[in-house]
Amino acid sequence: MNSYIMYIIAILFLALSYYKDKKKTKMALKKAWKSFENILPQFLGVIMLVGVLLAAFDAEFISKIIGEQSGWAGVFLSAAIGAITLIPGFIAFPTAALLLQNGAGYMQIGAFVSALMMVGIVTLPVEIKYFGKKLSIMRNVLAFLFSFVVAFIIGKVVGGI
Amino acid sequence: MTYLNRYRFFIVTLVISGILILINREIGIRAFEITGYSFKEMLFIIPPIFVLLGLLDVWISKETMMKYMGEGSGLRGIVLAFIIGSAAAGPLYGAFPIAAVFMRKGVKFSNVLIFIGAWSTTKIPMFLFELSALGVKFAITRLLVNIPGIILIAYILCSFIDKKEEKRIYDNAQTL
Repeated sequence: MNSYIMYIIAILFLALSYYKDKKKTKMALKKAWKSFENILPQFLGVIMLVGVLLAAFDAEFISKIIGEQSGWAGVFLSAAIGAITLIPGFIAFPTAALLLQNGAGYMQIGAFVSALMMVGIVTLPVEIKYFGKKLSIMRNVLAFLFSFVVAFIIGKVVGGI
Repeated sequence: MTYLNRYRFFIVTLVISGILILINREIGIRAFEITGYSFKEMLFIIPPIFVLLGLLDVWISKETMMKYMGEGSGLRGIVLAFIIGSAAAGPLYGAFPIAAVFMRKGVKFSNVLIFIGAWSTTKIPMFLFELSALGVKFAITRLLVNIPGIILIAYILCSFIDKKEEKRIYDNAQTL
């Protein structure tokens, strides 16, 4: 659904650009293609890796280890799973809701969602290509630590612990 | 040869998946199914992002970008970085090419990092999803924690990256 919005915006701007300056528009499309082609190998690798990881860790497996009683160990595990996997939001949130219904704790789900969105172990090769090793690793480590802060506050506010 | 080298990572993952099929047929096939699904998703999500960044690159001058989001852009730069990052759709890897354009256009480093942070976790479409799936309290709490968190992470990262490293990252962005 959101992607359609992106398409509409892109097409609108593209039409406007074409109307104003054909040559510049052509140049923009060339640049778009070049940037895409540049990163395509990393994208393909990441997508394949995600496939393998998601096939190995399914929802059943995840809900088993991050129950409400799992405490900080469960929070750590949830954050780690979130960090490794790369699930699109429209699957991740319903999955998280399902996990909650099946006995996962709020704190654990908070850590899972936060790490899922902010930490990207599998996308690290892409990130490194743009930002270098040092920054990419540091950003992911900080985001990982931050997901514990989020978990703690979510646990307090939503879980009422 | 360079072609093979560029696709090295992808080839390795393909080999891993192949081995997985031999070890556990069921999981291996599922891996390929999920990959096919993600690939379709990528093909669907990526084109508008790259078209937009191409247009951004061609139409918006470095001066304009620097004025609004460069050194000395202050609070306005931060707010803009948040808005642009949050308005986007698509997975985090879609943010990196746009960040590269930002760097080419002289956007301040901390604002690039805030943009990445916002894209990763305060995206508006995702927020709406979260709201409906996990409830108002959960989604809003997370948003309120995330906004200062993103800024804090951006500034911590900035303080750890020295000028030399920063220049290297910006120079690298020129080539992407």
